[in-house]
Amino acid sequence: MHELLRYPFDGGEIGKRRRRIRRELISDGTQRKALRVAILGGATTHDLKELLELFLLDSGLAPEFYESNFGAWWEDAMFGAELAEFRPELIIIHTGVRSITAFPSPADSEAEAEACIAAQFARFSSAWEALERRFGCPVIQNNFEKPVFRLYGNRDAWDIHGYTHMTASLNRRMAEYARGHRNFYINDIDTLSADFGLRRWHDGRAWHLYKCSPAPEAVPLLAHSIASVICAILGKSRKALALDLDNTLWGGVVGDDGVEGIEIGHETPGGEVYAEFQRYVRALSGRGILLNVISKNERENALAGLSHPEGELKPGDFTEIIANWEPKDANFAALARRLNILPESIVFCDDNPAERKIVSDAFPGAAVPEFTAPERYAELLDRGGYFEAVTLSADDLARTEMYRANAARAQLAESFGDYRSYLESLAMRAEIRPFSPLYISRIAQLTSKSNQFNLTTLRCTEGEIARMAESPDWFTLYGRLSDRFGDNGVVAVTAAEREGEIAHIRLWLMSCRVLKRDMEYAMLDALAADCAAAGIRTLRGYYYKTAKNAMVAGLYADFGFTQVAAEGEDTVWELDLEGWQPKCDIITVERD
Amino acid sequence: MTRNEVYEQLNAVFRDVFDDESLTVADETTAADVEDWDSLTHITLIAAVEDAFDISFDMKTVVRLKCVGDMVDAILQEL
Repeated sequence: MHELLRYPFDGGEIGKRRRRIRRELISDGTQRKALRVAILGGATTHDLKELLELFLLDSGLAPEFYESNFGAWWEDAMFGAELAEFRPELIIIHTGVRSITAFPSPADSEAEAEACIAAQFARFSSAWEALERRFGCPVIQNNFEKPVFRLYGNRDAWDIHGYTHMTASLNRRMAEYARGHRNFYINDIDTLSADFGLRRWHDGRAWHLYKCSPAPEAVPLLAHSIASVICAILGKSRKALALDLDNTLWGGVVGDDGVEGIEIGHETPGGEVYAEFQRYVRALSGRGILLNVISKNERENALAGLSHPEGELKPGDFTEIIANWEPKDANFAALARRLNILPESIVFCDDNPAERKIVSDAFPGAAVPEFTAPERYAELLDRGGYFEAVTLSADDLARTEMYRANAARAQLAESFGDYRSYLESLAMRAEIRPFSPLYISRIAQLTSKSNQFNLTTLRCTEGEIARMAESPDWFTLYGRLSDRFGDNGVVAVTAAEREGEIAHIRLWLMSCRVLKRDMEYAMLDALAADCAAAGIRTLRGYYYKTAKNAMVAGLYADFGFTQVAAEGEDTVWELDLEGWQPKCDIITVERD
Repeated sequence: MTRNEVYEQLNAVFRDVFDDESLTVADETTAADVEDWDSLTHITLIAAVEDAFDISFDMKTVVRLKCVGDMVDAILQEL
């Protein structure tokens, strides 16, 4: 991460040094993924584009931009031919309260005022529907910040003719729309502008001179917020916390001060601060963020501290508790390995600047917020945008439980002499069926997050997954695996496209949560069976090499495919379905 | 702050904004003399100058700025 771009950043510095930051990022040797981003603006978008580019470059993306003509967001969304030529992969609508063209008039009846609000909303929703129809790509839409001025003073907040009432009611409608539409995401500038300061946000000078809204100083914050949503859509949100203990989860040093001596709970203001932070962390765990400890402590002291009667967190809330005297970067690497996730997916929280430096030097992609004042810890995690959640699936909510079950499986595996008898003892059952509406968001999420067991690294939005599911030309399958320790949820996805008597496997991935359980064979068996039943003679598989997917380079060979082509390290494989035999005999599979 | 001191700090701001370590501006410098100084960069420049000197120009002042000399006058007035 570029040091100037890490929250809490200095917007003025970023604004001023944007060219240098851009130059440094572009020349840092990172391989970046291209992304075509269209910004449709109700205000000038140039500033936003330049700053958004910095945050996206910093997140491993190489954006290419399209900007609508000034103020022409609606026209562009409805009819723009240049926009269509650009073929956007993601669309941002940069509008706000200044884009509202009419407010209720004081003389309006209640019905007329309602109609005015509905008409303004319809202008927006017609644009969203047109974009969905024309492009089907994710759309990020600013909601409305509070108005520049009020008409009725405090009454403005509740009177149906009030400006403030109008923005609140438009925001409510927009939220309803977001709940009902996949691929539509709100950038919450109502909160952002309040956080920044509404008076400074509505800089009259910037608007009237340059048609800039918000004020130039607020644009870095705005760009950071949009970049967080984009990263989340692309599956780059963080998944886990690695927390230090002493002076991070409680005040004092448990090894020196004893359990009675640490500060946590309602006795002192300091204790209250840590209790509030522990409550926040526990709430994050409730929405699927994995909690872990990396602490320089004797394990028994760590557990004793976490069992403090006034503590909000208990040892059972954590997936991994690593308490020893090893260097923190080594423990950090061990944690990533044990959780089977990438170091970039973990946020490292430690009050000690030396430990933070060791970890951020060793893992430049890891998020390492500046944990200096405990009363700001929660703010840093929230505003940092690390855990932006664009989709929430049932799996997210059950994730902590699943990882705990994995730890139990690992223990069991050690007690068996051979691996096959261990697999048998798991009594695995899989549900393998075509994509269904219930799982669309989980499937899209898996395509965006899986890096290691992923043959083609094809990233799909929910809209694309839904279209595959409905198309007669696609064979689609999701796999859900459970065993005696619990349900792993949907963990594997494959989709093959029919072309005459050949089916091309365009999408094929599995969560690392279920590696070495033969689930990949069960999936390929099911795909081969479906294809054979539909008259397909040849299954063609593709392996596209990335920096992270070496583990599946030999997968098709294992399954009995023959290599038919290679280009660099990318390979193409074929399986003749005549005489093909299923390969997985250890999982009980339910097909329909 | 003297006019020279203002220039010293102002040149640093210009160098940051235009990412050009060799850039030096004077009273008669206008947007036409500096590569990339267009209306869009102008917004960044004004914000950076205000940030560096911890001042805020009102709209009337911003509209009147025609050359760097005008800007230095305006800065001295605000300080």
